[in-house]
Amino acid sequence: MPNTDAIIGWKTITFGCHVMEPGSSVKFRTGDWRSQRPVIDNEKCIKCGICWIYCPDMACIQTEDGFFEIDLEYCKGCGICAHECPKDAITIVPEEG
Amino acid sequence: MAKRVGIEVSIALAEAVKLANVDVIPAYPITPQTHIVEHLSEVVANGELDAEFVLVESEHGAMSCCCGSSAAGARTFTSSSAQGLLLMSEILFIPGPMRFPIVMAVVNRALSAPISIWNDHQDIMSQRDIGWIQTFADTGQEAFDLMLHAFRVAEDRRVSLPMIVNIDGFTLSHVVEAVELLSQEEVDQYLPPFKPRYRLDPRKPITMGPVGIPEIYSEAKVAHNEALKASKKVILQGWKEFADLFGRQYNPIETYRSEDAEVLLVTMGSISETAMTAIDTMRDKGQKAGLVKIRLWRPFPGPEFRKAAGKAKILAVVDRCLAPGAICGPVGAELRSLFYKVPGAPKIFNFIAGLGGRDVTVGRFEEMVDKALVFAKKRPKELYEVIGVREK
Amino acid sequence: MIPEFEKFKRFKAKNLPKEELLAPGHRACQGCGEVLALRMAMKALGKNVIVCMATGCMEIITTPYPQTAWKVPWIHIAFENPASVASGIESAMKVLRRKGKISKKHVDILAVGGDGATSDIGLGWISGAFERGHDFTYICLDNEAYMNTGVQRSSCTPYGAMTTTSPPGKKSFGQVTWKKNVPGIAVAHNIPYVATASPAYFLDLMNKVKKAALVKGPAYIHIYSPCPTGWGSAPERSIEFAKLVVETRVFPLYEVIEGRYIMSRKITKPKPVQEYLKGQRRFRHLDEEHIAYIQQRVNADYEKLVRLSEMT
Repeated sequence: MPNTDAIIGWKTITFGCHVMEPGSSVKFRTGDWRSQRPVIDNEKCIKCGICWIYCPDMACIQTEDGFFEIDLEYCKGCGICAHECPKDAITIVPEEG
Repeated sequence: MAKRVGIEVSIALAEAVKLANVDVIPAYPITPQTHIVEHLSEVVANGELDAEFVLVESEHGAMSCCCGSSAAGARTFTSSSAQGLLLMSEILFIPGPMRFPIVMAVVNRALSAPISIWNDHQDIMSQRDIGWIQTFADTGQEAFDLMLHAFRVAEDRRVSLPMIVNIDGFTLSHVVEAVELLSQEEVDQYLPPFKPRYRLDPRKPITMGPVGIPEIYSEAKVAHNEALKASKKVILQGWKEFADLFGRQYNPIETYRSEDAEVLLVTMGSISETAMTAIDTMRDKGQKAGLVKIRLWRPFPGPEFRKAAGKAKILAVVDRCLAPGAICGPVGAELRSLFYKVPGAPKIFNFIAGLGGRDVTVGRFEEMVDKALVFAKKRPKELYEVIGVREK
Repeated sequence: MIPEFEKFKRFKAKNLPKEELLAPGHRACQGCGEVLALRMAMKALGKNVIVCMATGCMEIITTPYPQTAWKVPWIHIAFENPASVASGIESAMKVLRRKGKISKKHVDILAVGGDGATSDIGLGWISGAFERGHDFTYICLDNEAYMNTGVQRSSCTPYGAMTTTSPPGKKSFGQVTWKKNVPGIAVAHNIPYVATASPAYFLDLMNKVKKAALVKGPAYIHIYSPCPTGWGSAPERSIEFAKLVVETRVFPLYEVIEGRYIMSRKITKPKPVQEYLKGQRRFRHLDEEHIAYIQQRVNADYEKLVRLSEMT
């Protein structure tokens, strides 16, 4: 359930129940679901972008230097990136705590 | 200038849709709605109306297509009857809360089984709670006028709700009547172009039809209901302005010789015409009978009805729909709720009549009034009676 | 040949669109291959599009009010009817453009449904829209069962698969019917473009979606969409299965352009179907006999497809 904008009354609900703000799901942290997370070894990374294109959660972000970073706000820890990385540059480690 | 012509009511109604310069017509044929969509096909084919006629594969597809068209910002019309209306049913509940001002003519017809193409109100009564504004026309002129009113009200930005105009199948839709058709200039004076509050547009992307999680579902439903209730003001304004421009005044509840009446017949749709003749006959005999016609069915005009019922002691409410296993018919139930525990409320008796094309004659109306007078003295076992049905 | 394809510029690994039209924060399960396929399709389409979506996983995971993952205009009306809703939008835009009420600029229209919405409940609606020739693309995201309602079988569920309504038991071995050939049904409507795709082959998928959008008239793309939750497969293996399904010839990749079949990827040395079936709980109960039958029918279907591609 969205934990933001929770209190909406019938007078303040949007017209037709339309959602007016595009892409507002970014307010919801799916990273909380994660029990494991990918760790990228930039030594092995060849910047091919396979992890980026195969990420179902748009949580693999290319940085200015061309390497990739995991956005832990949204990464659900599915492990596709590590499984598909052609250079085995990504390892999956358990989340602590 | 308006011109008075002899015209089949379906064609007159379709002419109103044409004059409304509708953009998209997704429609599927069903008796007795066919003449409306055939005429619209013709005016699109010969270039009189610049519209997209979408030849959908079913009524469910028709209403789905209407939702898409209205969401994209087009003036949208469709028409259906009976089984077709019920095939649409799943989708009929959707444009209300999503605020799509689709306009539909429902040509009322009985429901299967047994299959019947003839007139009653079981189709629309089964769809009573779809959350559309619903009016009933008694005559060809009313069918023409109410169609224009429907576009005007539905698309008003304060309303933005779908709207149905009901006309009785065959007994109204297929008869030739004298109708004053307004000119294009006159219609344009009354009906502004459709300017939707929101539309599907990549320049301003919005999400229509999201998931109603439990935290907001009630609020969404109440918002729709409140919008529907609030539409009455605009409905009345629309009628007033129509009267100012063209001289014909419509009201949510209309009466005929109801002043000083002890018994009031309550009707909806084209049988009201016969009911008026019956009232004249009864008045000639010295009976204090009158008529109340419900023109606006949703939102239900409660205060107007109470006022119209005045001091009458007995209401003989005619339902064109049998509600199996219910306490009484849908109109009967509505009025019983309206008057429940109201001081000085009339006694209400419910008569189910005119199912599947059965004629409701002047004599039948007299019978209902007579029975209501008897019931007022001795309460009947059941709260309704099916009129004119044979036992053996 | 389709004239619009002259404008077609193939996506390459180096020029993939960076922009995301679906935002993160959506509620898809871990390793969802369906939302991944959808993400790729949206990248291919760009932002000048209106999306009509059937009820289903993708609809609920992207739009729990008051939030949406969508950055393009999006509409959901019901389960069976995105093709009809798309028909209405396309017709409306056509007439509004003609009447000068909206910009003349072309906007792509996309209808999306799952395999249940497409192969079962919505088939008649899709048929109607294809027959009428609306200019839109229909994408079926096929995860081979009604996942949103809890993994019930659809007519796209593969032979032998366990679902909650095709459970194996003393008198049953799971799904008894062979997967419905929905692309074939689309082809029978004589629409200009039909294709199959798998998210493992992302360039192929995105190029097909782009072609479908370019073509005038209806286009249909059937996309294989791994579902770890419904299939009982490991989330990290979604792409692996999306590759294996092609390499075993279980889900061949092809295009049908104006009735001509073109194999996108000829599998000359197929892996045995067993390699695809193992690792998915839905197939775990199948014995050798069933697997042999599946292998035989997969071979026959593939050969038929190759013959079609040679004939046309």
